[in-house]
Amino acid sequence: MSKEKQPLTDTLHIPEPEDELTHPMKDYLRSERLPHIWCSTCGIGTVITAFITGLEKSKLEKEKVAVVSGIGCSGRAAGYIRLDSFHTTHGRAIPFATGLALGNPELKVAIISGDGDLTAIGGNHFIHAARRNMNLTIICINNFNYAMTGGQAGPTTPLKANASTAPYGCYEYPFSLPFLAESSGAVFVARWTSLHVRRLAKSISEALLKPGFSFIEVISPCPTLYARRNRLGTGLDLMKFYHDNAVIKHGADTSQVDIKYQESIIVGKFVDKDKPTFFESRNNFLKDRLGNHFIPYKGPEKI
Amino acid sequence: MKADPIGVATGSHYLDGDHACAEGAIAAGCRFLAGYPITPSTEVAERIAERFPKVGGMFIQMEDELASMAAIIGAAWTGVKTMTVTSGPGFSLMMENLGLAVMMETPCVIVNVQRGGPSTGLPTLTAQADMMQARWGSHGDYEIIAISPNSPQECFDLVITAFNLSERWRVPVLFMMDECVGHMTEKVEIPEADRIEITPRKYYKGDKKKYKPFNFNDSSNITPMVKAGDGYFIHLTGLTHVENGYPVISAEAQDKNVRHLVDKIKKNEEKICILEEDQINDAEVIVISYGISSRVALKAVHEAREKGLKVGVLRLITVWPFPEKRIRQLAKQVKAFVVPELNLGQVVLEVERCSSGQTKTILVPHAGGSVHNPNDILAAIEETVA
Repeated sequence: MSKEKQPLTDTLHIPEPEDELTHPMKDYLRSERLPHIWCSTCGIGTVITAFITGLEKSKLEKEKVAVVSGIGCSGRAAGYIRLDSFHTTHGRAIPFATGLALGNPELKVAIISGDGDLTAIGGNHFIHAARRNMNLTIICINNFNYAMTGGQAGPTTPLKANASTAPYGCYEYPFSLPFLAESSGAVFVARWTSLHVRRLAKSISEALLKPGFSFIEVISPCPTLYARRNRLGTGLDLMKFYHDNAVIKHGADTSQVDIKYQESIIVGKFVDKDKPTFFESRNNFLKDRLGNHFIPYKGPEKI
Repeated sequence: MKADPIGVATGSHYLDGDHACAEGAIAAGCRFLAGYPITPSTEVAERIAERFPKVGGMFIQMEDELASMAAIIGAAWTGVKTMTVTSGPGFSLMMENLGLAVMMETPCVIVNVQRGGPSTGLPTLTAQADMMQARWGSHGDYEIIAISPNSPQECFDLVITAFNLSERWRVPVLFMMDECVGHMTEKVEIPEADRIEITPRKYYKGDKKKYKPFNFNDSSNITPMVKAGDGYFIHLTGLTHVENGYPVISAEAQDKNVRHLVDKIKKNEEKICILEEDQINDAEVIVISYGISSRVALKAVHEAREKGLKVGVLRLITVWPFPEKRIRQLAKQVKAFVVPELNLGQVVLEVERCSSGQTKTILVPHAGGSVHNPNDILAAIEETVA
């Protein structure tokens, strides 16, 4: 590659080599691990930015927030975020995070992972963590396919969309994730696209502060596999599609927010209600039943 | 360090192995258990569910064994001692995340009250047929520690040893009971808390920015841990990684990482292995056994001695790592090893490997469902000296 100085334009500041380059989110990123592995115009990076913005906004103590990922493109999220971060096994981010959240009840545990990881191989854990109202924030980056392994069909691939294991188009009905989350017991459910960066960051901040099982689905472009195979253009084209076709409907009935192939996408905050968390229910119930014999779990001793 | 008296039910009890195991875990300081019901191990979880709220522990019944295993790894990194309990089919489901615990070098204890298999097999009847699964069940190269108790008293005593070894070597320890030991009821003496030795977790206390969760250069000096939530901002992954926990996908990184996982157990075999030997000195035949089969074998050994046969006993209290050095030594001394086990030949393969060319090895197989008839073991002993 040529090392010649690039021409300066009026609108773009090209730093001089002696300028110190610092990322505006350097305190939250493992910058020594950059560049990341994600493709150009992939939406995952945007979600990470929104996560960090939302986390800052929440004013939660950084030390007390952990992030857990499963496997896949989105599963790499944990590897770039400078918090206690765990890159676990395929589908098992939620039970691993359940262990963290129960092991130290002072922690707020966020899960950033993909649609296949969380709702296909990890689907059972998803519904049960929601049922228990476990204190977890789930950010599901939905790119409609298994991208890391080459673009296979998954539980969210819309009917008719093409995928490498659905070469004639997908004929399985997909999940509607907000509906799944709400019916399983989630107390906070929102959906945005990776175009809605500010709204997404706000939802993330709210979700992090919400006790119990909060769920945010982020529709995100996969330019290399899903978009290319379906001839939908680049990541930018998909962002334009979101711009033209996303309809904000706060409080929408989650049974009515299915995503159909290249049709409008209903986004917004759908559910925000209060219910005791697993930990609160357990403590209150056992205190009631056992009285003074009950010794609440306090988490690890301070060292 | 001594046990916390709050969890120790000091006194003389009449308990089955499952309940004794639960009491041992509590005495060992275990305060987090995630599990899923499965015969014949359920009583361990049931007793924990009853006892934990009164000793400040956290019990959660998960949706399956995959989740149970994942949860205890997550919880372990918050600083609590963790355990899960299962039997064959559940043990199979735990294998994937057992590998994660190995890779993240996470102390935890997995109890497997063995029943007959494969598949659903014999839910209510005994077997020792998961021994090779314990050794090799998760994919990839690694070494593991597995302990096999032969009485309810040992279910109490040795599960404490399991926790201690787990902390000492930062490795998941498999507690390989069987249905017979799990469901037999005997006297169990639970000592005073100050007579129970506990290995506390080692914590790093230096500069937060300099902490590395792994050390691949010294197999006997295990890196101290930290807790999630204490501001170390650790990163742990199931991917092949380097000492700071970051993934590196290369043959060189793989070699360092995997060699360390293997070396820390293999090179410390003599520090880890717990064996029980009896009447070895003049022995011409040694019966090598573990778990419930070791008790059945005693009757055969006793009768053989009465007949004037020079028979000794070697009991594998830890089955893995396999005590290679000791077996090689004894192989030079005896005419034969006799290995009764409740499977059609698993641990016997290791005995054969370590004694090859030196002495012969006779398997006394049994497919499970009951224990051996001691006469079968006696017949094998007699055959070797005939």
